[in-house]
Amino acid sequence: MTPMPVMEGLLLAAALFVLGLLGVLVRRNILFMLMSLEIMLNAAGLAFVVAGARWGAPDGQAMFLIILAVAAAEVAVGLALALQLFRRTGTVDADAVAGLKG
Amino acid sequence: MRELLWLVPALPLTGFLALAAGAGRLPRPAVGVVGVGSVGLSLLTALAIAADFAGPAAEGAVFRQPLWQWLAVGDVAVRFGLALDALSLTMILVVTGVGFLVHLYSLGFLAGQEGLNRFFAYMNLFVAAMLILVLADGLLLLYVGWEGVGLCSFLLIGFRYRDPATVRAARKAFVVTRVGDAGLVIGLILLVVSLGTLDIAALTEAAGTRWAAGDALPVAAAALLLAGAVGKSAQLPLQVWLPDAMAGPTPVSALIHAATMVTAGVYLIARMHGLFALAPPVQTAVAVIGAVTLLLAATGALAQTDIKRILAYSTISQIGYMVMALGVGAYGAAIFHLTTHAWFKALLFLAAGVVIRRLGDEHDVRGMGGLYRHLPGAFVAFLVGAASLAALPLITAGGWSKELILTQVWAAGGGGPFLWLAGTLGAFLTALYIFRAVFLVFFGPERTVPGGATPATMLAPLAVLAVLAVVGGAFPVPAFLAGSLPVPATGRAAGWLFGAIAFGLPLLGIYVAYEIYLRRRTAAAGRREAPVPARLFGLWQRGWGFDALYTAVAVRPVGWFVRVNRGDAADALATGATAAGTAGHRWLSRTQTGRLRWYAGALAGGTALVLAVAVLA
Repeated sequence: MTPMPVMEGLLLAAALFVLGLLGVLVRRNILFMLMSLEIMLNAAGLAFVVAGARWGAPDGQAMFLIILAVAAAEVAVGLALALQLFRRTGTVDADAVAGLKG
Repeated sequence: MRELLWLVPALPLTGFLALAAGAGRLPRPAVGVVGVGSVGLSLLTALAIAADFAGPAAEGAVFRQPLWQWLAVGDVAVRFGLALDALSLTMILVVTGVGFLVHLYSLGFLAGQEGLNRFFAYMNLFVAAMLILVLADGLLLLYVGWEGVGLCSFLLIGFRYRDPATVRAARKAFVVTRVGDAGLVIGLILLVVSLGTLDIAALTEAAGTRWAAGDALPVAAAALLLAGAVGKSAQLPLQVWLPDAMAGPTPVSALIHAATMVTAGVYLIARMHGLFALAPPVQTAVAVIGAVTLLLAATGALAQTDIKRILAYSTISQIGYMVMALGVGAYGAAIFHLTTHAWFKALLFLAAGVVIRRLGDEHDVRGMGGLYRHLPGAFVAFLVGAASLAALPLITAGGWSKELILTQVWAAGGGGPFLWLAGTLGAFLTALYIFRAVFLVFFGPERTVPGGATPATMLAPLAVLAVLAVVGGAFPVPAFLAGSLPVPATGRAAGWLFGAIAFGLPLLGIYVAYEIYLRRRTAAAGRREAPVPARLFGLWQRGWGFDALYTAVAVRPVGWFVRVNRGDAADALATGATAAGTAGHRWLSRTQTGRLRWYAGALAGGTALVLAVAVLA
């Protein structure tokens, strides 16, 4: 098995993470924000897998499974919220609901 | 019987509690029964105790009734206890006696008026506080009574609180007496710090053994006690509140502002005579204050047109006599005059109350005249009171007590010709101003015809007080008091000439009043009343301008300071802290935009910052 290119793998994870974060920050459509969140979660998962392969430890892959579970839960809650948002306000614009303004 | 001493103040206090608890629920007759009855029972108890106590075997005896331990701080233990000696027995008889008569009178005076329950509640509380004041065996308990009577005075002056003028008068009385009370408190603190006790007997003994006459400490303590006495007894320079206090109902003026509360200062000095004996400069100051006050107030009384203000200035003047007597060590004479004054001045006020009520709340003597035909009862009462106040010799109580003061002021070591001259001149002025009132109100042309009728509850107290104002001089008060108060040392003998002058001057004053105010009737002709320069007469009318003086030197500067300090410079720290909190809150709440993406950005930025710090640092 060829050794894992750690540097490249982590850079890819970082790039994915930043892409996801930018997506969360610039998209106003809540569906796209959720998708961007998924990308960020997967970036974190990728970093775990790369690190686990580098040290030959199974913990990285175990963490990825946990992240998958978290992502599934997050999507379930997030989609439910998005659905409620659309039903109540008729829009999927996250900025349209700023009722908790201080 | 003397074990029942605690009942004397407890009964009016119970009456107050019952009236306060039953406010709005008790019917009017019940209010009267409770209000008058509690003081009546207190009077009966006091009389029984007096009969038990005043036997010849009890000469100079003191009966102490410690009730309970009040508080103990370090070495200082303060008891809640009563003490009865000749002085306090005389005082409780005056307080309950005059108090009962005035309560009875109030039943008729306030008939048909609202607030009867409140009135009797305050009056009962006043009597209780006054009795605590005179029965206290320690200065702290005395101070409780002292402030209690001050509070009741405030409440009762402002009894008709819908009128802003009475509220102003009440506030003025409270604030001015407070100036003196502050001195009294500091005096008490000084005494307890330096002598370690507030029990009057122990304190006097300790002061006598530890201090020599003329030391700085006793002089300071006595001067501070004098400040309290001066404020409460309306003496110079704190006399300005008493004329305004006449805004209260007339029974209040009779009981509180003539017979009892304003004499509390006299009682305090007499009670603390052991301390004052150690402070000769203060003793001299007491005598001089009394002499000056009696003259200034007597001339002030000469120029007033409100019948109650005439009597108020007269009260200041008569208390001046008592204070002067205290100053020369004639304690017995001072307390004797206190008792006779309580009778005849209460009589004058109550008779004036009848006149005022029957004339439909008319206070101005220039609007009265010829009333002796319409109001014979009030006329006889006022005339008897006036004769006693003018010290008509031999036949009136006031004559005996004032003559005793003048004799002792002349004879006592601390007295002398100047004080005696002031008192004698004052006696002439007293006769002049009170018979001015008699002639203007009851003689001359009729100006207002009285209406209505005077109930028996108002006339009966007048009759009793009139009898006391005549025969009261026969009570051997000075001899009785010799048991608990020192008798002044006599330096000069009083010759027959002085007696003749003291006897003759009141008669001369009455004659002059007759000439000026009845025969020539300068007052009715609209000219100035007394043969003095108009400017001086105006000064008398304004009570020697003390009000204007205090407005200029005290009220205005304080008002200026209050206006300047409206922003509360002293509170800047506290208000600054709250302002900073408010500003920070505003600033931080701006970050709460309610926008999800901003929060996400803040999270990311914060995480990046923490990571950067962790990695780079």
